[in-house]
Amino acid sequence: MATLIKNRSIVSESWQTLNSADDLAALSPDAGVLAPLALWQTHGAALRARPGKVGVWLNSHEDPASIAKELPSFDVVAVNFPKFADGRGYSIARLLRERYGYTGELRAIGDVLRDQLQDLERCGFDAFELRSDQDAQAALGAFADFSNQYQTSALQPVPLFRRRLA
Amino acid sequence: MYIYDQIDQQFVDERVAQFRDQTRRFLAGELGEEEFKALRLRNGLYLQRYAPMLRVAIPYGMLSSRQLRKLAHIARTYDKGYGHFSTRQNIQYNWPKLEQVPDILAELANVQMHAIQTSGNCVRNITTDHFAGVAPDEIVNPMVWCEILRQWSTFHPEFNFLPRKFKIAVNGAEQDRAAIQVHDIGINAVRNEAGEIGFRILVGGGLGRTPIIGVVVREFLPWQHLLSYLDAILRVYNCYGRRDNLYKARIKILVKERTPDKFREEVEAEWQHLKDGPATLIEAEVERVAARFTVPAYETLPAQDASLQAALSADKAFARWHQRNVHAHKMPGYAAVTLSLKKSGVAPGDATAEQMEAVAELADQYSFGELRVSHEQNLILSDVKLADLYSVWSTARYYGLVTPNIGLLTNIIACPGGDFCSLANAKSIPVALAIQERFDDLDYLHDIGELDLNISGCMNSCGHHHVGNIGILGVDKQGAEFYQISIGGSQGNNAAIGKVIGPSFAQEEVPDVIEKLIQLYLAQRDSEHERFADTVRRIGIEPFKQHIYGNAHKESQHRQRELANP
Repeated sequence: MATLIKNRSIVSESWQTLNSADDLAALSPDAGVLAPLALWQTHGAALRARPGKVGVWLNSHEDPASIAKELPSFDVVAVNFPKFADGRGYSIARLLRERYGYTGELRAIGDVLRDQLQDLERCGFDAFELRSDQDAQAALGAFADFSNQYQTSALQPVPLFRRRLA
Repeated sequence: MYIYDQIDQQFVDERVAQFRDQTRRFLAGELGEEEFKALRLRNGLYLQRYAPMLRVAIPYGMLSSRQLRKLAHIARTYDKGYGHFSTRQNIQYNWPKLEQVPDILAELANVQMHAIQTSGNCVRNITTDHFAGVAPDEIVNPMVWCEILRQWSTFHPEFNFLPRKFKIAVNGAEQDRAAIQVHDIGINAVRNEAGEIGFRILVGGGLGRTPIIGVVVREFLPWQHLLSYLDAILRVYNCYGRRDNLYKARIKILVKERTPDKFREEVEAEWQHLKDGPATLIEAEVERVAARFTVPAYETLPAQDASLQAALSADKAFARWHQRNVHAHKMPGYAAVTLSLKKSGVAPGDATAEQMEAVAELADQYSFGELRVSHEQNLILSDVKLADLYSVWSTARYYGLVTPNIGLLTNIIACPGGDFCSLANAKSIPVALAIQERFDDLDYLHDIGELDLNISGCMNSCGHHHVGNIGILGVDKQGAEFYQISIGGSQGNNAAIGKVIGPSFAQEEVPDVIEKLIQLYLAQRDSEHERFADTVRRIGIEPFKQHIYGNAHKESQHRQRELANP
């Protein structure tokens, strides 16, 4: 079971990540579920009717604009990293936070590794489902790799040059 | 020289600590090969043919004598006593040990240097004009803008995993000396009618497998918007650039596939959301960065110097060097001096630790302790008094740094090639050396006049062969090393991509082919003022093909015509 880091702490929450409609039958009613965008678009109402928590996950090629209107109703929005080198998720996160104003839990899933955590957090992720081989305890150190950042980002909208002059 | 503040220093120190830990985890087996690769590349570390290769950034080509001494020290302590200056204002070491690289990075951090983002699919070291800050035709000092962009691009959290590498060049003068038309983004300072400073933005230029000249996406971008506009371009690229095919992943392919107009629309639409946001630059920041640059304490001098004039008439070798290697300066009584790393018999761009130390000494004595590295792989003393030129020449001559060939055929730009690089199809250095030897006669070389010759050992085009007046590309032909020759390329304001003249040649044939190209040029030029590139432009490449391939060429053309119109 992959470990979940939330707000820089390891938490034990049980979430089920669905891939297709076939996975719906085996769902326990109380489990939190993350539905892929396509499944959400066809089975959203049924998923909402369950007692458990519900979220949607976007793949790296999917446009966050497609869920912009529903954002406040999700318990979680996740973005999948099919490979750690696929950097589209960083832009998706910033768009969700900065353009579409999403304030709920934003979770990175998939090929999520220790050495990405700080950039992911700066782009707006606050939850990280680590790849199963990762040492979660050691990974927490990654948030302190760099104590500052030059640019504007979701986590720190004011770039260093404005803070330097303040 | 931009002097780091405490925060700038902290970034590079923390980077050393981060990479030290990553290397430790890799050596302990806690970090996989592929994951470590992405991390080490972002610190300029390749695992090469014989040993790792470490590429160190020389941001916008600016170096202090103290930094150059450190580079010499690293060459001597961790390498085999030399370094290779690349075509993108970096220095490469070919023999460091993986486990020592964190120590090398720590040494660099001590002199405010780093290897951050010198490789990997991220924004690379930002390059500029090698006469930045001293050129007479400058609109802005591009180094100030390069430093602003260095900070913006360093650990940019959103753009650390782009589809492919991303190269930006900035030019601050009227004459383009930064090759902005062949970069992913090219930025040129311009003034509008109201006299305000802004930038012309080009996107999608590049060499490599698909050489393309960049297209203008904005004629005038007010300087305040530089960062937000680049964020918009990078975001469009990050989201939509191709990730399915390594060879189609550069932004030039996206611009081409989308069409420049559609791409521009997308960038503008993205920018509307970012424009006037917190990334908008402010006067105080530009002033702050500019003020952290050292300013040479120039003396007020006359524009001419009598001792220089006397030395020029007395010493022919010095006069020849002065003609090619000494360049105009914005301050009267000063000049910029190119120290050539293109001596016959030495790999282009290589410098020994002794040479680096000698140049550092020269810089201290004659050039306010500062120098530049050029994309043509030479070193430049940026601020030398005219009265000191003869002394500089005399000392530099002792170290083999005064080959009077800047702008001439033997100032060959070449990548390390198959001798070092695991990507190369063919060797570059022996070809460069053979050509330099062939054109060793200085009178002949000067008679041929201005000519850029570039050699790349493979399609990655690190030797920028596409924009050489003569370009040589190493190709693999059934396992053997061959060389394809193109002519008609150029860099600068009229950048052009060269055209291949025909089938490729074996290594030993290359000097003869170059000689033949030169013979035809000398026979055809309308005067000695018409440069090789001008002649090619005027008469086209056909006469050159004919001269090289003779009737075989005509026959094959004939056959092609027959095939096309049976």
